[in-house]
Amino acid sequence: MSRISIEQVKHVADLARLAMTDEEAELFTKQLDAIITFAEQLNELDTENVPPTSHVLDMRNVMREDEPEPGLPREEVLKNAPDQQDGQFRVPAILE
Amino acid sequence: MSLFDHTVSELHTLLQKKEVSISDLVDESYRRIGEVEEKVQAFLTLNEEQARAKAKELDDKLAKGEETNPLFGLPIGIKDNIVTKGLRTTCASKILYNFDPIYDATVMERLNAAGAITIGKLNMDEFAMGSSTENSGFQLTRNPWDLERVPGGSSGGSAAAVAAGEVPFSLGSDTGGSIRQPAAFCGVVGLKPTYGRVSRFGLVAFASSLDQIGPITRTVEDNAYLLQVIAGVDPMDSTSANIDVPNYVEALTGDIKGLKIAVPKEYLGEGVAEEVRQSVLAALSVLEKLGATWEEVSLPHSKYALATYYLLASSEASANLARFDGVRYGYRTDNAKNLIDMYKQTRSEGFGSEVKRRIMLGTFALSSGYYDAYYKKAQKVRTLIKRDFENVFEQYDVIIGPTTPTPAFKIGEKTSDPLTMYMNDILTIPVNLAGVPAISVPCGFVDGLPVGLQIIGKHFDESTVYRVAHAFEQATDYHKQKPVL
Repeated sequence: MSRISIEQVKHVADLARLAMTDEEAELFTKQLDAIITFAEQLNELDTENVPPTSHVLDMRNVMREDEPEPGLPREEVLKNAPDQQDGQFRVPAILE
Repeated sequence: MSLFDHTVSELHTLLQKKEVSISDLVDESYRRIGEVEEKVQAFLTLNEEQARAKAKELDDKLAKGEETNPLFGLPIGIKDNIVTKGLRTTCASKILYNFDPIYDATVMERLNAAGAITIGKLNMDEFAMGSSTENSGFQLTRNPWDLERVPGGSSGGSAAAVAAGEVPFSLGSDTGGSIRQPAAFCGVVGLKPTYGRVSRFGLVAFASSLDQIGPITRTVEDNAYLLQVIAGVDPMDSTSANIDVPNYVEALTGDIKGLKIAVPKEYLGEGVAEEVRQSVLAALSVLEKLGATWEEVSLPHSKYALATYYLLASSEASANLARFDGVRYGYRTDNAKNLIDMYKQTRSEGFGSEVKRRIMLGTFALSSGYYDAYYKKAQKVRTLIKRDFENVFEQYDVIIGPTTPTPAFKIGEKTSDPLTMYMNDILTIPVNLAGVPAISVPCGFVDGLPVGLQIIGKHFDESTVYRVAHAFEQATDYHKQKPVL
Protein backbone atom coordinates (compact mmCIF):
# COMPACT_ATOMS: atom_id res chain seq x y z
CA MET A 1 0.00 0.00 0.00
CA SER A 2 1.24 3.42 -0.86
CA ARG A 3 1.81 5.79 2.06
CA ILE A 4 1.49 8.99 0.11
CA SER A 5 -0.59 9.89 -2.94
CA ILE A 6 0.26 12.21 -5.82
CA GLU A 7 -2.49 14.59 -4.59
CA GLN A 8 -0.79 14.75 -1.20
CA VAL A 9 2.56 15.43 -2.85
CA LYS A 10 1.05 18.30 -4.82
CA HIS A 11 -0.54 19.68 -1.64
CA VAL A 12 2.79 19.47 0.24
CA ALA A 13 4.57 21.16 -2.70
CA ASP A 14 2.06 23.99 -2.46
CA LEU A 15 2.69 24.34 1.30
CA ALA A 16 6.46 24.36 0.63
CA ARG A 17 6.03 26.94 -2.15
CA LEU A 18 7.55 24.69 -4.79
CA ALA A 19 6.17 24.58 -8.34
CA MET A 20 6.05 21.03 -9.60
CA THR A 21 5.39 19.44 -12.99
CA ASP A 22 3.31 16.25 -13.14
CA GLU A 23 6.42 14.19 -13.91
CA GLU A 24 8.25 15.63 -10.89
CA ALA A 25 5.24 15.02 -8.67
CA GLU A 26 5.16 11.39 -9.81
CA LEU A 27 8.87 10.86 -9.11
CA PHE A 28 8.61 12.54 -5.70
CA THR A 29 5.56 10.40 -4.84
CA LYS A 30 7.60 7.25 -5.46
CA GLN A 31 10.70 8.48 -3.65
CA LEU A 32 8.89 9.98 -0.66
CA ASP A 33 6.80 6.84 -0.36
CA ALA A 34 9.99 4.76 -0.14
CA ILE A 35 11.53 7.09 2.46
CA ILE A 36 8.37 7.27 4.56
CA THR A 37 7.94 3.49 4.40
CA PHE A 38 11.53 3.17 5.61
CA ALA A 39 10.85 5.69 8.38
CA GLU A 40 7.89 3.70 9.64
CA GLN A 41 10.32 1.23 11.21
CA LEU A 42 10.32 3.73 14.10
CA ASN A 43 6.87 2.39 14.96
CA GLU A 44 8.55 -0.82 16.16
CA LEU A 45 9.61 1.16 19.23
CA ASP A 46 7.34 1.87 22.16
CA THR A 47 7.91 5.55 22.93
CA GLU A 48 4.79 6.11 25.01
CA ASN A 49 6.74 7.35 28.06
CA VAL A 50 9.79 8.77 26.30
CA PRO A 51 10.15 12.56 26.26
CA PRO A 52 11.03 14.14 22.89
CA THR A 53 14.51 15.64 22.37
CA SER A 54 14.51 18.92 20.45
CA HIS A 55 17.90 20.07 21.70
CA VAL A 56 20.75 17.94 23.07
CA LEU A 57 22.17 20.33 25.65
CA ASP A 58 20.45 21.08 28.90
CA MET A 59 20.04 24.80 28.36
CA ARG A 60 16.91 26.87 28.09
CA ASN A 61 15.88 30.50 27.92
CA VAL A 62 19.25 32.08 27.22
CA MET A 63 18.62 35.72 28.09
CA ARG A 64 20.44 38.99 27.61
CA GLU A 65 19.79 42.62 28.40
CA ASP A 66 17.47 44.17 25.83
CA GLU A 67 19.66 47.08 24.80
CA PRO A 68 18.93 48.92 21.56
CA GLU A 69 21.77 48.82 19.06
CA PRO A 70 22.01 50.09 15.49
CA GLY A 71 20.94 47.49 12.92
CA LEU A 72 22.61 46.76 9.61
CA PRO A 73 22.79 49.80 7.30
CA ARG A 74 19.92 49.83 4.80
CA GLU A 75 22.24 50.23 1.82
CA GLU A 76 24.13 47.10 2.82
CA VAL A 77 20.98 45.10 3.42
CA LEU A 78 19.65 46.00 -0.02
CA LYS A 79 22.92 45.14 -1.75
CA ASN A 80 21.90 41.58 -2.56
CA ALA A 81 18.26 42.32 -3.38
CA PRO A 82 17.08 41.12 -6.80
CA ASP A 83 14.87 44.21 -7.06
CA GLN A 84 14.47 47.36 -4.97
CA GLN A 85 12.82 50.75 -5.02
CA ASP A 86 12.93 53.74 -2.64
CA GLY A 87 15.09 51.90 -0.14
CA GLN A 88 12.82 48.87 0.04
CA PHE A 89 12.61 45.37 -1.42
CA ARG A 90 10.41 45.35 -4.50
CA VAL A 91 8.21 42.32 -5.24
CA PRO A 92 5.64 41.48 -7.94
CA ALA A 93 2.00 42.37 -7.32
CA ILE A 94 0.34 40.27 -4.65
CA LEU A 95 -2.94 40.35 -6.57
CA GLU A 96 -3.03 40.00 -10.33
CA MET B 1 58.31 18.45 -0.91
CA SER B 2 55.58 21.02 -0.39
CA LEU B 3 55.56 23.64 2.34
CA PHE B 4 52.23 22.16 3.39
CA ASP B 5 53.90 18.88 4.36
CA HIS B 6 54.81 20.81 7.49
CA THR B 7 52.43 20.86 10.43
CA VAL B 8 50.87 24.06 11.73
CA SER B 9 53.43 24.34 14.52
CA GLU B 10 56.33 23.74 12.08
CA LEU B 11 54.98 26.41 9.73
CA HIS B 12 54.62 28.76 12.68
CA THR B 13 58.27 28.16 13.61
CA LEU B 14 59.41 28.69 10.00
CA LEU B 15 57.56 32.02 9.96
CA GLN B 16 58.99 33.11 13.30
CA LYS B 17 62.50 32.26 12.15
CA LYS B 18 61.87 34.14 8.89
CA GLU B 19 62.77 31.05 6.88
CA VAL B 20 59.56 31.50 4.92
CA SER B 21 57.22 34.46 4.58
CA ILE B 22 53.44 34.54 4.72
CA SER B 23 53.47 35.53 1.06
CA ASP B 24 55.42 32.32 0.34
CA LEU B 25 52.66 30.30 1.98
CA VAL B 26 49.91 32.05 0.06
CA ASP B 27 51.94 31.65 -3.16
CA GLU B 28 52.27 27.93 -2.45
CA SER B 29 48.52 27.63 -2.05
CA TYR B 30 47.72 29.28 -5.39
CA ARG B 31 50.62 27.51 -7.12
CA ARG B 32 49.24 24.14 -6.05
CA ILE B 33 45.70 25.18 -6.97
CA GLY B 34 47.00 26.10 -10.42
CA GLU B 35 48.66 22.69 -10.64
CA VAL B 36 45.87 20.34 -9.53
CA GLU B 37 42.57 22.21 -9.35
CA GLU B 38 41.61 21.23 -12.90
CA LYS B 39 41.53 17.61 -11.71
CA VAL B 40 40.18 18.03 -8.18
CA GLN B 41 37.80 21.02 -8.56
CA ALA B 42 37.51 21.66 -4.84
CA PHE B 43 37.09 25.46 -4.98
CA LEU B 44 33.99 27.39 -6.04
CA THR B 45 35.49 30.85 -5.49
CA LEU B 46 39.09 32.02 -5.07
CA ASN B 47 40.04 35.02 -2.95
CA GLU B 48 43.43 35.53 -4.58
CA GLU B 49 43.77 39.30 -4.77
CA GLN B 50 42.63 39.90 -1.19
CA ALA B 51 44.64 36.96 0.15
CA ARG B 52 47.86 38.23 -1.44
CA ALA B 53 47.24 41.74 -0.13
CA LYS B 54 46.57 40.40 3.34
CA ALA B 55 49.74 38.26 3.20
CA LYS B 56 51.80 41.40 2.55
CA GLU B 57 50.09 43.24 5.35
CA LEU B 58 50.67 40.38 7.79
CA ASP B 59 54.30 39.96 6.68
CA ASP B 60 54.83 43.57 7.80
CA LYS B 61 53.27 42.79 11.17
CA LEU B 62 55.38 39.65 11.45
CA ALA B 63 58.51 41.71 10.87
CA LYS B 64 57.61 43.69 13.98
CA GLY B 65 57.53 40.37 15.80
CA GLU B 66 54.42 40.71 17.89
CA GLU B 67 52.27 37.94 16.47
CA THR B 68 52.11 34.70 18.38
CA ASN B 69 48.91 32.91 17.36
CA PRO B 70 49.88 29.56 15.78
CA LEU B 71 47.50 30.22 12.86
CA PHE B 72 49.00 33.64 12.11
CA GLY B 73 49.66 33.95 8.38
CA LEU B 74 48.47 30.45 7.50
CA PRO B 75 46.24 29.89 4.44
CA ILE B 76 42.84 28.27 4.99
CA GLY B 77 39.94 27.09 2.81
CA ILE B 78 36.35 27.67 3.93
CA LYS B 79 33.27 25.60 3.12
CA ASP B 80 30.87 27.64 1.05
CA ASN B 81 28.04 27.58 3.61
CA ILE B 82 30.03 29.76 6.04
CA VAL B 83 29.40 33.44 5.33
CA THR B 84 32.44 35.55 4.49
CA LYS B 85 32.02 39.32 4.28
CA GLY B 86 32.33 40.49 0.69
CA LEU B 87 33.38 37.04 -0.53
CA ARG B 88 30.79 35.12 -2.54
CA THR B 89 28.97 32.47 -0.51
CA THR B 90 26.65 30.18 -2.47
CA CYS B 91 26.10 26.99 -0.43
CA ALA B 92 26.75 25.41 -3.87
CA SER B 93 23.18 26.41 -4.76
CA LYS B 94 21.94 28.29 -7.80
CA ILE B 95 19.52 30.10 -5.49
CA LEU B 96 22.53 31.92 -3.93
CA TYR B 97 24.63 32.11 -7.11
CA ASN B 98 25.30 35.84 -6.69
CA PHE B 99 25.22 36.27 -2.89
CA ASP B 100 27.93 38.43 -1.30
CA PRO B 101 27.50 38.40 2.50
CA ILE B 102 27.53 41.71 4.35
CA TYR B 103 28.98 40.25 7.55
CA ASP B 104 31.37 37.52 8.69
CA ALA B 105 30.42 34.33 10.51
CA THR B 106 31.76 34.25 14.07
CA VAL B 107 34.30 31.57 13.10
CA MET B 108 35.55 33.91 10.35
CA GLU B 109 35.91 36.80 12.78
CA ARG B 110 37.95 34.55 15.04
CA LEU B 111 40.12 33.20 12.23
CA ASN B 112 40.70 36.70 10.88
CA ALA B 113 41.64 37.96 14.33
CA ALA B 114 44.11 35.06 14.65
CA GLY B 115 45.65 36.04 11.30
CA ALA B 116 44.53 33.13 9.10
CA ILE B 117 44.20 33.97 5.40
CA THR B 118 41.15 32.83 3.42
CA ILE B 119 42.29 31.28 0.13
CA GLY B 120 38.81 30.57 -1.22
CA LYS B 121 35.44 28.92 -0.75
CA LEU B 122 35.03 25.20 -1.07
CA ASN B 123 32.53 23.06 -2.95
CA MET B 124 29.89 21.02 -1.14
CA ASP B 125 26.58 19.29 -1.61
CA GLU B 126 23.93 21.97 -2.09
CA PHE B 127 23.02 23.35 1.37
CA ALA B 128 25.12 20.50 2.84
CA MET B 129 22.54 17.90 1.79
CA GLY B 130 24.41 14.90 0.50
CA SER B 131 27.26 12.47 1.04
CA SER B 132 29.30 12.81 -2.15
CA THR B 133 29.37 16.50 -3.18
CA GLU B 134 27.57 15.33 -6.34
CA ASN B 135 24.61 17.50 -5.29
CA SER B 136 26.60 20.70 -5.85
CA GLY B 137 24.71 23.03 -8.15
CA PHE B 138 27.97 24.03 -9.84
CA GLN B 139 30.68 21.39 -10.20
CA LEU B 140 31.87 17.88 -9.47
CA THR B 141 34.71 17.58 -6.96
CA ARG B 142 36.89 14.49 -7.36
CA ASN B 143 38.69 12.37 -4.78
CA PRO B 144 42.45 13.12 -4.96
CA TRP B 145 43.19 9.41 -4.31
CA ASP B 146 41.15 8.30 -7.33
CA LEU B 147 39.65 10.88 -9.65
CA GLU B 148 36.88 8.46 -10.66
CA ARG B 149 35.59 8.49 -7.10
CA VAL B 150 33.69 10.96 -4.93
CA PRO B 151 35.46 12.91 -2.18
CA GLY B 152 32.52 12.25 0.15
CA GLY B 153 30.24 14.98 1.38
CA SER B 154 28.85 17.27 2.13
CA SER B 155 32.23 18.96 2.94
CA GLY B 156 33.82 17.24 -0.08
CA GLY B 157 35.67 20.33 -1.28
CA SER B 158 37.07 20.99 2.22
CA ALA B 159 38.48 17.45 2.53
CA ALA B 160 39.71 17.19 -1.08
CA ALA B 161 41.54 20.54 -0.93
CA VAL B 162 43.48 19.48 2.18
CA ALA B 163 44.24 16.00 0.76
CA ALA B 164 45.43 17.56 -2.52
CA GLY B 165 47.75 19.97 -0.67
CA GLU B 166 45.96 23.09 -1.91
CA VAL B 167 45.58 24.40 1.65
CA PRO B 168 47.07 23.13 4.92
CA PHE B 169 43.62 23.04 6.52
CA SER B 170 40.00 23.99 6.05
CA LEU B 171 36.66 24.38 7.77
CA GLY B 172 33.71 22.12 7.07
CA SER B 173 30.32 21.61 8.67
CA ASP B 174 28.78 18.38 9.94
CA THR B 175 25.04 17.71 10.31
CA GLY B 176 25.03 13.92 9.85
CA GLY B 177 28.67 13.13 9.06
CA SER B 178 29.57 15.87 6.57
CA ILE B 179 33.04 16.49 8.06
CA ARG B 180 33.98 12.96 9.13
CA GLN B 181 32.82 11.04 6.07
CA PRO B 182 34.74 13.16 3.49
CA ALA B 183 37.74 13.23 5.85
CA ALA B 184 37.66 9.41 5.87
CA PHE B 185 37.26 9.20 2.07
CA CYS B 186 40.13 11.66 1.47
CA GLY B 187 42.54 10.32 4.12
CA VAL B 188 42.59 13.43 6.32
CA VAL B 189 41.58 14.32 9.89
CA GLY B 190 38.10 15.77 10.50
CA LEU B 191 36.42 16.67 13.78
CA LYS B 192 32.78 17.31 14.49
CA PRO B 193 32.84 19.17 17.82
CA THR B 194 30.19 18.77 20.52
CA TYR B 195 26.96 20.52 19.59
CA GLY B 196 27.36 24.01 21.07
CA ARG B 197 31.17 24.00 21.18
CA VAL B 198 31.53 26.22 18.09
CA SER B 199 29.25 29.15 17.24
CA ARG B 200 26.90 28.56 14.32
CA PHE B 201 26.38 32.29 13.73
CA GLY B 202 26.96 32.78 10.01
CA LEU B 203 26.71 29.10 9.13
CA VAL B 204 23.84 28.94 6.66
CA ALA B 205 21.41 26.75 8.58
CA PHE B 206 20.47 23.27 7.37
CA ALA B 207 19.28 21.48 10.55
CA SER B 208 19.80 23.81 13.47
CA SER B 209 19.71 21.17 16.23
CA LEU B 210 22.43 19.10 14.50
CA ASP B 211 24.75 21.46 12.55
CA GLN B 212 28.30 22.09 13.82
CA ILE B 213 31.32 23.72 12.17
CA GLY B 214 34.62 21.83 12.54
CA PRO B 215 38.23 21.61 11.30
CA ILE B 216 39.65 19.39 8.53
CA THR B 217 43.44 18.99 8.69
CA ARG B 218 46.38 16.75 7.86
CA THR B 219 47.20 15.91 11.49
CA VAL B 220 45.44 15.70 14.84
CA GLU B 221 47.65 18.40 16.33
CA ASP B 222 46.75 20.80 13.51
CA ASN B 223 43.12 20.01 14.16
CA ALA B 224 43.49 20.92 17.84
CA TYR B 225 45.13 24.25 16.95
CA LEU B 226 42.28 25.14 14.63
CA LEU B 227 39.52 24.15 17.08
CA GLN B 228 41.25 26.24 19.75
CA VAL B 229 40.68 29.37 17.68
CA ILE B 230 37.06 28.75 16.67
CA ALA B 231 35.65 27.21 19.88
CA GLY B 232 33.80 29.04 22.63
CA VAL B 233 30.60 30.79 23.57
CA ASP B 234 29.23 33.51 21.29
CA PRO B 235 26.54 36.05 22.21
CA MET B 236 25.34 35.82 18.59
CA ASP B 237 24.45 32.11 18.95
CA SER B 238 22.28 31.31 21.95
CA THR B 239 22.91 27.58 21.41
CA SER B 240 26.67 28.01 21.83
CA ALA B 241 27.69 26.64 25.22
CA ASN B 242 29.09 28.81 27.98
CA ILE B 243 31.65 26.19 29.00
CA ASP B 244 35.38 26.87 29.29
CA VAL B 245 37.54 25.89 26.32
CA PRO B 246 40.51 23.81 27.51
CA ASN B 247 43.94 23.86 25.88
CA TYR B 248 43.51 21.13 23.28
CA VAL B 249 47.16 20.85 22.24
CA GLU B 250 48.18 20.23 25.85
CA ALA B 251 45.85 17.21 25.83
CA LEU B 252 48.06 15.50 23.21
CA THR B 253 50.22 13.67 25.72
CA GLY B 254 50.49 10.39 23.84
CA ASP B 255 49.48 8.64 27.06
CA ILE B 256 46.39 6.44 26.80
CA LYS B 257 47.32 3.87 29.43
CA GLY B 258 44.22 2.57 31.18
CA LEU B 259 41.87 4.16 28.61
CA LYS B 260 38.60 2.24 28.31
CA ILE B 261 37.30 1.87 24.77
CA ALA B 262 33.80 0.72 23.83
CA VAL B 263 33.31 -0.89 20.42
CA PRO B 264 29.63 -1.09 19.45
CA LYS B 265 28.80 -4.37 17.77
CA GLU B 266 26.33 -2.48 15.55
CA TYR B 267 29.29 -0.56 14.04
CA LEU B 268 31.14 -3.64 12.85
CA GLY B 269 28.20 -5.72 11.71
CA GLU B 270 26.09 -6.03 8.60
CA GLY B 271 26.73 -3.49 5.87
CA VAL B 272 30.32 -2.76 6.93
CA ALA B 273 32.88 -3.97 4.37
CA GLU B 274 35.17 -6.75 5.65
CA GLU B 275 38.34 -4.80 4.77
CA VAL B 276 37.07 -1.79 6.72
CA ARG B 277 36.28 -4.04 9.68
CA GLN B 278 39.80 -5.48 9.54
CA SER B 279 41.36 -1.98 9.46
CA VAL B 280 39.40 -1.01 12.56
CA LEU B 281 40.36 -4.20 14.42
CA ALA B 282 44.00 -3.57 13.53
CA ALA B 283 43.67 -0.03 14.87
CA LEU B 284 42.24 -1.38 18.13
CA SER B 285 45.31 -3.64 18.46
CA VAL B 286 47.53 -0.57 18.08
CA LEU B 287 45.60 1.17 20.85
CA GLU B 288 45.85 -1.96 23.02
CA LYS B 289 49.62 -1.94 22.61
CA LEU B 290 49.58 1.65 23.82
CA GLY B 291 47.88 0.54 27.04
CA ALA B 292 44.19 0.93 26.30
CA THR B 293 41.61 -1.83 26.69
CA TRP B 294 38.52 -2.40 24.58
CA GLU B 295 35.28 -4.30 24.94
CA GLU B 296 32.30 -4.89 22.73
CA VAL B 297 29.16 -2.98 23.72
CA SER B 298 25.75 -2.34 22.21
CA LEU B 299 24.09 0.86 21.06
CA PRO B 300 20.77 -0.91 20.56
CA HIS B 301 18.90 1.90 18.81
CA SER B 302 21.56 2.45 16.11
CA LYS B 303 19.42 0.95 13.38
CA TYR B 304 16.76 3.61 13.97
CA ALA B 305 19.17 6.54 13.67
CA LEU B 306 18.94 6.93 9.90
CA ALA B 307 15.14 7.23 9.78
CA THR B 308 15.16 9.51 12.83
CA TYR B 309 17.78 11.72 11.25
CA TYR B 310 16.05 12.09 7.89
CA LEU B 311 12.76 13.06 9.51
CA LEU B 312 14.31 15.57 11.92
CA ALA B 313 16.95 17.06 9.62
CA SER B 314 14.49 17.42 6.74
CA SER B 315 11.85 18.99 9.00
CA GLU B 316 14.33 21.56 10.28
CA ALA B 317 15.60 22.15 6.75
CA SER B 318 12.11 22.78 5.39
CA ALA B 319 11.72 25.59 7.94
CA ASN B 320 15.26 26.98 7.54
CA LEU B 321 15.12 27.06 3.74
CA ALA B 322 11.84 29.00 3.71
CA ARG B 323 13.98 32.15 3.75
CA PHE B 324 15.10 31.59 0.16
CA ASP B 325 12.18 33.26 -1.56
CA GLY B 326 13.73 35.60 -4.12
CA VAL B 327 12.96 38.76 -2.11
CA ARG B 328 16.03 39.79 -0.14
CA TYR B 329 18.96 38.02 -1.81
CA GLY B 330 19.91 35.44 -4.38
CA TYR B 331 18.15 34.24 -7.48
CA ARG B 332 14.72 35.45 -8.59
CA THR B 333 12.76 34.00 -11.49
CA ASP B 334 11.99 36.14 -14.52
CA ASN B 335 8.63 34.55 -15.18
CA ALA B 336 6.29 35.32 -12.33
CA LYS B 337 2.75 36.60 -12.60
CA ASN B 338 2.27 37.44 -8.94
CA LEU B 339 4.01 37.13 -5.57
CA ILE B 340 3.07 33.52 -4.73
CA ASP B 341 3.99 32.47 -8.25
CA MET B 342 7.34 34.28 -7.86
CA TYR B 343 8.09 32.32 -4.68
CA LYS B 344 7.24 29.01 -6.28
CA GLN B 345 9.07 29.56 -9.56
CA THR B 346 12.13 31.01 -7.85
CA ARG B 347 12.43 28.07 -5.47
CA SER B 348 11.76 25.45 -8.14
CA GLU B 349 14.32 26.93 -10.51
CA GLY B 350 16.86 27.71 -7.77
CA PHE B 351 16.94 24.51 -5.69
CA GLY B 352 18.34 21.18 -6.89
CA SER B 353 16.42 17.92 -6.63
CA GLU B 354 17.88 16.61 -3.33
CA VAL B 355 17.11 19.90 -1.61
CA LYS B 356 13.54 19.84 -2.95
CA ARG B 357 13.15 16.23 -1.84
CA ARG B 358 14.15 17.09 1.71
CA ILE B 359 12.00 20.22 1.83
CA MET B 360 9.10 18.03 0.68
CA LEU B 361 9.81 15.31 3.26
CA GLY B 362 10.19 17.87 6.04
CA THR B 363 7.06 19.80 5.08
CA PHE B 364 5.15 16.51 5.01
CA ALA B 365 6.49 15.40 8.41
CA LEU B 366 5.52 18.73 9.96
CA SER B 367 2.14 19.06 8.26
CA SER B 368 -1.17 18.87 10.05
CA GLY B 369 -2.15 15.26 10.76
CA TYR B 370 1.39 13.87 10.38
CA TYR B 371 3.34 15.86 12.97
CA ASP B 372 2.83 13.37 15.82
CA ALA B 373 3.32 10.27 13.70
CA TYR B 374 6.58 11.37 12.12
CA TYR B 375 8.24 14.45 13.59
CA LYS B 376 7.39 13.94 17.25
CA LYS B 377 7.97 10.19 17.01
CA ALA B 378 11.46 10.87 15.63
CA GLN B 379 12.19 13.32 18.46
CA LYS B 380 11.30 10.59 20.96
CA VAL B 381 13.52 8.04 19.26
CA ARG B 382 16.27 10.65 19.34
CA THR B 383 16.01 10.53 23.12
CA LEU B 384 16.53 6.75 23.05
CA ILE B 385 19.58 7.09 20.78
CA LYS B 386 21.05 9.76 23.05
CA ARG B 387 20.51 7.52 26.08
CA ASP B 388 22.37 4.67 24.34
CA PHE B 389 25.47 6.89 24.28
CA GLU B 390 24.98 8.12 27.84
CA ASN B 391 24.76 4.52 29.09
CA VAL B 392 27.99 3.48 27.38
CA PHE B 393 29.83 6.61 28.52
CA GLU B 394 29.06 5.75 32.15
CA GLN B 395 31.68 3.01 31.86
CA TYR B 396 33.92 3.92 28.94
CA ASP B 397 36.06 6.90 27.90
CA VAL B 398 35.54 6.72 24.15
CA ILE B 399 33.55 4.78 21.56
CA ILE B 400 35.44 3.56 18.50
CA GLY B 401 34.34 2.18 15.13
CA PRO B 402 34.70 2.88 11.42
CA THR B 403 33.68 6.30 10.07
CA THR B 404 32.04 4.83 6.97
CA PRO B 405 30.88 1.34 5.93
CA THR B 406 33.08 1.39 2.78
CA PRO B 407 35.87 3.50 1.28
CA ALA B 408 35.02 6.15 -1.36
CA PHE B 409 32.55 4.98 -4.00
CA LYS B 410 32.51 5.81 -7.70
CA ILE B 411 31.01 9.00 -9.10
CA GLY B 412 27.43 8.28 -10.17
CA GLU B 413 27.29 4.96 -8.33
CA LYS B 414 24.66 6.00 -5.78
CA THR B 415 22.88 8.98 -7.31
CA SER B 416 19.79 7.16 -8.62
CA ASP B 417 18.41 5.96 -5.27
CA PRO B 418 18.30 8.43 -2.36
CA LEU B 419 18.06 5.66 0.26
CA THR B 420 21.25 3.92 -0.95
CA MET B 421 23.07 7.24 -0.69
CA TYR B 422 21.67 7.84 2.80
CA MET B 423 23.05 4.44 4.00
CA ASN B 424 26.54 5.92 3.82
CA ASP B 425 25.89 7.90 6.94
CA ILE B 426 24.69 5.15 9.28
CA LEU B 427 27.86 5.30 11.41
CA THR B 428 28.10 9.08 11.66
CA ILE B 429 24.46 10.15 12.10
CA PRO B 430 23.93 8.78 15.65
CA VAL B 431 26.74 11.08 16.85
CA ASN B 432 24.91 14.19 15.64
CA LEU B 433 21.63 13.01 17.15
CA ALA B 434 23.38 12.57 20.52
CA GLY B 435 25.31 15.85 20.12
CA VAL B 436 28.65 14.30 21.15
CA PRO B 437 32.05 15.06 19.52
CA ALA B 438 33.75 12.65 17.10
CA ILE B 439 36.83 12.61 14.92
CA SER B 440 37.82 10.64 11.84
CA VAL B 441 41.53 9.76 11.50
CA PRO B 442 43.19 7.72 8.74
CA CYS B 443 43.57 4.05 9.81
CA GLY B 444 44.53 2.20 6.65
CA PHE B 445 43.99 1.71 2.94
CA VAL B 446 41.82 -0.66 0.92
CA ASP B 447 42.93 -0.94 -2.73
CA GLY B 448 44.71 2.39 -2.44
CA LEU B 449 41.70 4.17 -0.90
CA PRO B 450 41.86 5.62 2.63
CA VAL B 451 39.82 4.20 5.52
CA GLY B 452 38.75 6.34 8.50
CA LEU B 453 38.66 5.43 12.18
CA GLN B 454 35.91 7.18 14.14
CA ILE B 455 36.60 8.10 17.76
CA ILE B 456 33.57 9.37 19.66
CA GLY B 457 33.76 11.16 23.02
CA LYS B 458 31.58 12.52 25.79
CA HIS B 459 29.91 15.92 25.54
CA PHE B 460 32.59 18.65 25.57
CA ASP B 461 35.40 16.10 25.94
CA GLU B 462 37.17 16.86 22.66
CA SER B 463 40.42 16.66 24.66
CA THR B 464 40.13 12.90 25.17
CA VAL B 465 39.05 12.37 21.56
CA TYR B 466 42.14 14.28 20.41
CA ARG B 467 44.43 12.48 22.86
CA VAL B 468 43.37 9.05 21.57
CA ALA B 469 43.45 10.12 17.92
CA HIS B 470 46.90 11.65 18.35
CA ALA B 471 48.32 8.61 20.17
CA PHE B 472 47.05 6.39 17.35
CA GLU B 473 48.34 8.71 14.64
CA GLN B 474 51.81 8.91 16.18
CA ALA B 475 51.99 5.11 16.34
CA THR B 476 51.12 4.75 12.64
CA ASP B 477 52.12 6.47 9.41
CA TYR B 478 48.84 6.56 7.47
CA HIS B 479 48.66 10.35 7.85
CA LYS B 480 52.01 10.70 6.08
CA GLN B 481 50.74 9.11 2.86
CA LYS B 482 49.77 11.48 0.11
CA PRO B 483 47.78 10.98 -3.09
CA VAL B 484 49.71 11.28 -6.36
CA LEU B 485 48.12 13.92 -8.55
